[in-house]
Amino acid sequence: MSDSKAPETSTPESAAEEQSEAASHPVLAALAARFPGAVVSSQCFRGDATAIVKSDSLKEVCAFLRDDPELAFDMLLDVTAVDYLGRAPRFEVVYHLYSVKKNHRLRLKVALEEKDLRVPSLTPLWVGANWLERETYDMYGVQFEGHPDLRRIYLYEEFQGHPLRKDYPKERRQPLIGPGSSRPAATRRQAATSGEE
Amino acid sequence: MADDDRAQDGRAELEDALELPFEPMELQMGPSHPAMHGTVKIVLKLDGETIVGSDVEVGYLHRGFEKEAESSLYYQVFPYTDRLNYSSPMINNVGYALAVEKLFDISVPERGNYVRVIASEVSRMTDHFTCLGAAAMELGAMTAFLYAVEARDQLWDLLDAMCGARVTCNYVRIGGVSHDLGPDFPALAREKLAKAAGLHKDLEDLLLANPVFRERMVGTGVLGPDELIAYGVTGPLLRAAGVPYDVRAAQPYLVYDRLDFDVPIGEHGDNFDRFIVRCEELRQSARMIEQCLAGMPEGPVDVDDAKIRWPGKNRVFNRMEELIAQFKLVTEGMKPPIGEVYQAVEGGNGELGFYLVSDGSGKPYKCRCRSPSFSNTQPLSRMIQGKMLADVVPTFDMINMIGGECDR
Repeated sequence: MSDSKAPETSTPESAAEEQSEAASHPVLAALAARFPGAVVSSQCFRGDATAIVKSDSLKEVCAFLRDDPELAFDMLLDVTAVDYLGRAPRFEVVYHLYSVKKNHRLRLKVALEEKDLRVPSLTPLWVGANWLERETYDMYGVQFEGHPDLRRIYLYEEFQGHPLRKDYPKERRQPLIGPGSSRPAATRRQAATSGEE
Repeated sequence: MADDDRAQDGRAELEDALELPFEPMELQMGPSHPAMHGTVKIVLKLDGETIVGSDVEVGYLHRGFEKEAESSLYYQVFPYTDRLNYSSPMINNVGYALAVEKLFDISVPERGNYVRVIASEVSRMTDHFTCLGAAAMELGAMTAFLYAVEARDQLWDLLDAMCGARVTCNYVRIGGVSHDLGPDFPALAREKLAKAAGLHKDLEDLLLANPVFRERMVGTGVLGPDELIAYGVTGPLLRAAGVPYDVRAAQPYLVYDRLDFDVPIGEHGDNFDRFIVRCEELRQSARMIEQCLAGMPEGPVDVDDAKIRWPGKNRVFNRMEELIAQFKLVTEGMKPPIGEVYQAVEGGNGELGFYLVSDGSGKPYKCRCRSPSFSNTQPLSRMIQGKMLADVVPTFDMINMIGGECDR
């Protein structure tokens, strides 16, 4: 993956069109009107509404999205991140929201610098954020501040690094036991006799 | 020892002198347990047979789907999607194809869409039969399981007639399907659906009035609609709690807006309602397939664009342009415009979404699968909290966690 370049968000000619479409989108318009300072940009591509918000106002924006009776985003469908290696800021945390009541969708994004990879946890707003944020932490190393139980979910505790980052080679193996294990054999024996997992 | 400890933290006088000291027992259920389809571990803390705490550990089947997809060309991802929810591979195929097609902004010819609906609904039926049969077996009803598996086998024969494989289908392509249905498919489909319907009736007759089965299912694993929504739970679990959210009805894709079907909902949100909702969905799926067979137009199943869907062999071998297109497609893949899309379909267990980020190259820069099993498994701890150990099995069965999809 070292040869792939970080993509631009949109091509210049389509950007203006996406902006004008975004202005007429009811959810994006409501969001921009309520939080003029927090929404960095918004766009519509293939009918998907996207808003990029500032990290420090994420919780406030999400609380509004959830509680406003016209928007009523009662479901947090998905949390993930994208690693744009070579671009600044390097990471984007991506949230997909859905409103069961209103039947509309929204994608929220927060751009994060590599050296300050922190974003407030949304677990107080949607309890389902718990596992989704744990997965994003596991795969990308994003720290979710205020998360009640931020530990790896798929991989084991001893795993080094975050595998979905673009600079993590696909071929790299980290077996927990057996040949190639990073844990020295003596430690493993000790762990086995003392009953430690 | 125990007496000293209790005296130290000052609780001794509060407790009845005759009561035995309480210390929760930790029980590890899984990762290899007959009732844990796939591999998942539940660490239970028990007071007698009452669950006082639990932690669900997933990830034993993590294969790095997203990492693998990022280093594959768009069309090479299909076999991996088969192995997400291996009970309903066609739906994963369709969901991924629709996401890529949304990125390209293309739509498949009418007949292709009908074929995809048939594929999805047959797959949904196999998924539900697997879930219902396995649930029955894990509650002790081995006979009922055999009826469900026999019904699933009839439907697998249909998938076999469609694509030549029963489980790992790899049937859908970007811009179409691998090949059209054969001329005898409608007759075969009607025959197999009739057989499956008969077996489904037997399955219900065996189970629904059975006192042991009802005892285990009615009123267990209950969670209210608001909490389910906050957990991001979708599919039959949410519908059993009375919320009629179904992607096929709420945001129709393919030709679902033209089909006449009901979204069955439950009332109590317990395991029994979840079972009944799935039973009813089986009938609705059969109804949709019947409508598709009757209403399917003649014509091509693939888009006529050599840059997206490779042209047929006769054109490749006889014409220069098509030969070049085929060569470029195989080696470099189809190249969508820069952008990002999210496309949701109704999977066997709820909303299955694919989030794709394109950098304009032939490989997805990011390929995220929003899997219903992952979100649906999360509230398991909440559903069994304070309940009996025996409730874990029916609740887990009705969540129908599929390891391949949950762990990806």
